[in-house]
Amino acid sequence: MSDVKYSKEHEWITLEGDEATIGITKHATEMLGDIVFAELPEKGSSVEKDGTAGVVESTKAASDVYTPVSGEVTDINQTIVDDPSKINEDPEGSAWFFKLKLKDKSELDSLMNKEEYDKFAKESAT
Amino acid sequence: MKVKKTSLNSLHQKYGAKLVEFAGYEMPIQYKDGIIQEHKFTRSNSGIFDVSHMGQLFISGSDNLTNDLERIFPANLKNLNLNQSKYSFLMNEDGGIYDDLIITKTKNGYLIILNAACKYNDYEIIKSKLKDKYETKLDETLSLVAIQGPEAKVILCKIIPGCDDLKFMNGNNFIFEDSNIYITRSGYTGEDGFEISIKNEKAENFVEKLIEKGSKMIGLGARDTLRLEAGLCLYGNDLDTKTSPIEANLKWAISKNRIDSEYPGSDILKKQIENGVKKLRVGIQPETRVIARGDTKIFNDKNQEIGKITSGTFGPSVERSIAMGYVENNYSSQDTKVFLEVRGKKVAANVCNLPFYKKNYIKGEINV
Repeated sequence: MSDVKYSKEHEWITLEGDEATIGITKHATEMLGDIVFAELPEKGSSVEKDGTAGVVESTKAASDVYTPVSGEVTDINQTIVDDPSKINEDPEGSAWFFKLKLKDKSELDSLMNKEEYDKFAKESAT
Repeated sequence: MKVKKTSLNSLHQKYGAKLVEFAGYEMPIQYKDGIIQEHKFTRSNSGIFDVSHMGQLFISGSDNLTNDLERIFPANLKNLNLNQSKYSFLMNEDGGIYDDLIITKTKNGYLIILNAACKYNDYEIIKSKLKDKYETKLDETLSLVAIQGPEAKVILCKIIPGCDDLKFMNGNNFIFEDSNIYITRSGYTGEDGFEISIKNEKAENFVEKLIEKGSKMIGLGARDTLRLEAGLCLYGNDLDTKTSPIEANLKWAISKNRIDSEYPGSDILKKQIENGVKKLRVGIQPETRVIARGDTKIFNDKNQEIGKITSGTFGPSVERSIAMGYVENNYSSQDTKVFLEVRGKKVAANVCNLPFYKKNYIKGEINV
């Protein structure tokens, strides 16, 4: 498994071959609070970099989930749709959102590494 | 305008509150446990709520005051016993609601509890309607603390012995650390509970004592999920100046013997009671987990718009999406199928009775 990359919309992404796994960061879940609803893209659908690819709702508000890269959705994590509280429990592990077949690997280049993201998250929180 | 702080502000920070501005005050939306845990703790044990941002309006006077207040509010105040409370409304001439409030008869007159966002406006309206005949004071030297939940009476009695003698919607004076406090048995969660009016300088110590006895502070986030599960209205969302108490399905709060008397909006209310209303507040249950927030449009099965959601959330105790809103009267009966437009998609939902959550009181061996 490759390194984890992060987007400014608080998504994380890992790569295995040309299949990417995407989820939302722990920092995002802490800002959202208790997540009670998750909607994911349809399997087989195409998503565009920075486009909407789902929704999460906490007891407080709804937030769009964006995809940091373009591609075709190969799998979705039904577990988090059935029990959205799992997203708060393990956002950067078992509570991944969807997997996709990457269209253009170079789209990863503009994303942040962990250190950059932590700094970004810290700054955007204040 | 500068954001105000309640007397419990440093306590909120001590217990890790996420503070937000609400109605001009810096208030806790949640603490460290988060909204769902806070909600559940209130239902299983008890929760402490800082509601000091709400208005405590004291009006002094005797029989004349009662008569004059009956020209403002649709409540039967003549029948109110000393220390008894009644839920009522301040209305405009069209029967629209300026505020929903609790009126309690006190030794010197009346205490009226007002919503935070409405209190200054209410004060001006009430004062002018009473033509400055009575001493009218919006007392900001007092805090208001609620403790709600099945353990509320046990915990509060450890600090204020005898408080559980109070009946629902009744109050009395008690002493806390040589200082007078006024306690009513009431609340906004669907649980048994109390609201305590206490001097600002005593409030922090009082709340710390409740925490020592096992209660926890609960934020506005859980207060909202608790009240919505209990089917209770939030002013500004579910009630406003364009909605009457009859449309809001709160006819029970209009005293029967007051229907023919005069107060702002009384003509409209009487007509609505006799002839029915065009729209009615109902409970709405989406068939999936999707949450329908305020302003979500409601459609019938022919894709015609028939109403609007006014409050919606996830109910942590009922473990599903819940909402309330207004629909055209002929769609207001239970189990009517409706559709909610959420993010461009239609979600099936059913009209249902309120509340979503009803307490099964278990008192000793009697299971009511």
